[in-house]
Amino acid sequence: MRHSGCSNLVRFENVGLRYGMGPEVLRDISFHIAPRSFQFLTGPSGSGKTTLLKLVLQQLRPTRGTITLFSRNSASITQDDLANLRRRIGIIFQDFRLLDHLTTYENVALPLRVQGKSESSYRNEVVELLRWVGLGERMHVPPIVLSGGEKQRAAIARALIVRPELLLADEPTGNVDPPLARRLLRLFVELNKLGTAIVLATHDFTLMDQFDARRIVLAEGQVHVFE
Amino acid sequence: MSSNDMSSNDGGSANRAETPQQGNAVRSRPAIRRASDPAASANREALAGILHEERAPPEPPARTGRTRHKTLLDVLKDSVPRARRRDERQTALVPEASISGRALVIVVVIMTFLASMTAGAVELIATASASWSADVTREMTIQIRPRSGRDLDADVKTASELARGVGGIDGVRPYSKEESERLLEPWLGSALPFDQMPVPRIVVLSLDPKASLPDLASLKRRLAEAVPTATLDDHRQWSARLATMAGALVLVGLTALALVLIATGLAIAFATRGAMAGTREIINVLHLVGAEDRFIADEFQRHFLMMGLRGGLIGSGLAVLAFLAAGALSSRWNATPQGEQIEALFGTFALGPRGYLAVICIAFVVAGLTAIVTRRTVYRNLRDIT
Repeated sequence: MRHSGCSNLVRFENVGLRYGMGPEVLRDISFHIAPRSFQFLTGPSGSGKTTLLKLVLQQLRPTRGTITLFSRNSASITQDDLANLRRRIGIIFQDFRLLDHLTTYENVALPLRVQGKSESSYRNEVVELLRWVGLGERMHVPPIVLSGGEKQRAAIARALIVRPELLLADEPTGNVDPPLARRLLRLFVELNKLGTAIVLATHDFTLMDQFDARRIVLAEGQVHVFE
Repeated sequence: MSSNDMSSNDGGSANRAETPQQGNAVRSRPAIRRASDPAASANREALAGILHEERAPPEPPARTGRTRHKTLLDVLKDSVPRARRRDERQTALVPEASISGRALVIVVVIMTFLASMTAGAVELIATASASWSADVTREMTIQIRPRSGRDLDADVKTASELARGVGGIDGVRPYSKEESERLLEPWLGSALPFDQMPVPRIVVLSLDPKASLPDLASLKRRLAEAVPTATLDDHRQWSARLATMAGALVLVGLTALALVLIATGLAIAFATRGAMAGTREIINVLHLVGAEDRFIADEFQRHFLMMGLRGGLIGSGLAVLAFLAAGALSSRWNATPQGEQIEALFGTFALGPRGYLAVICIAFVVAGLTAIVTRRTVYRNLRDIT
């Protein structure tokens, strides 16, 4: 795993975002994500949690302010540089976003495959990770036949296969029952202990109450950080 | 609540769920091994167990009833290592089977067939034109008109002797009176009294293809002095007109070929855009897991190159079959007098090796065109998306 020293992985400075000529949906957003840190990103539904994650991933560009990603100003990041930076970030979507025409194995191997690595170079690693998340027997089936929990684990495995420095999880517990949600939280906590910075977007206060961590709260387009 | 609290609370379940195999897997994870946090080591076991609490459903038990005998296919499959099979064929990132994909293959087949037929026709015209020109320019004709007071046979003999003395002419064949009359029969019929008609006589001069052109000006001057009723026709005007006509036909054919290829390119561009619209979610995911535009373009290009190659080869194959059938039919038709006349004018429908090569090349040109158009379209679309 690569480390960025003491500098922050992500830094937002007075970031604002508006769609077209509409009002600013996010304004004066300033916060940072340190290496090996754990934070909840929370706020009511529609407060802009997913939008904020999209800004981190550079899927959206801010209309004002500065975003620094791995010590790089986002305004100067080219498309190819962006691909390289995204390889340092693991992302878990609320709706998993597994590709249905690929097998579970191929889905998990996808981040390595897009790097142009040969299948033989990562096969053992992917199989090992799939076994690790309990999908060893399901690796050759398409995601469509997986249960919700299995899909969640496949999505987690896909995010972890590149050993990211930063893991963004967008409502990872939104579609699972409370016991599985607790287990997922434990997994993220343990991954954090192993060195991965975690941003866990959720509006589930019950879940957040189970672990004492920094909270980045979004409300009415503004951010409030509770250390 | 701290993570340690969580681990201790759920530690029982974590230990319960882990198997020796899974434990090994955790220990050999490089990310875990390389972690510098001292607490990491203590958490390894628990980490593996967290997710294993929800176990994958067990494999269905083996059938106990009728024994399933291995088929030949099973035996063959078993003989190839599973991992190797997977390595040989990873699922394409752009889904292969789609309605737009099948429609595109059909469009490419039709376009390639039309392009191949056009290319074959151009080749036929070019070959026939070259053959006509060669035949025409290999010969010249001296025409001697009958005139009262002159001995036509003597004039023919004089003209033939004059021609024999000219360098570059390797054959002089004076047509007899009967032969000259026979030449007119197809137009005038055989019932006319040719004896009473002023039928001109001709002397056909064959040119030596290895020698330079004879001195026609000198021959014409000497003919005019010795046989005033003789005219020398070197067929140049006819040959020039023929070449112009054939050239125009070839140009029309090449224009049609270019138009067909442009239409093919546009159809492929639209199909690519359609395919990209249908795979937008896939492209999004690829981008988010760190795919460069070049990688995505490569995937689409490979997908459409194979599609274009398949369609192109089918289209060209059909065109080859069409030319073979036309050649077979024309050779049967050539056995008749009408067929011989048509062959004399237009040549045969049999495509030579160069023609078949051109038709096959069209398939690869279409496949290459598909790859180039796809790549450009994908890059343009990716720019729009990002």
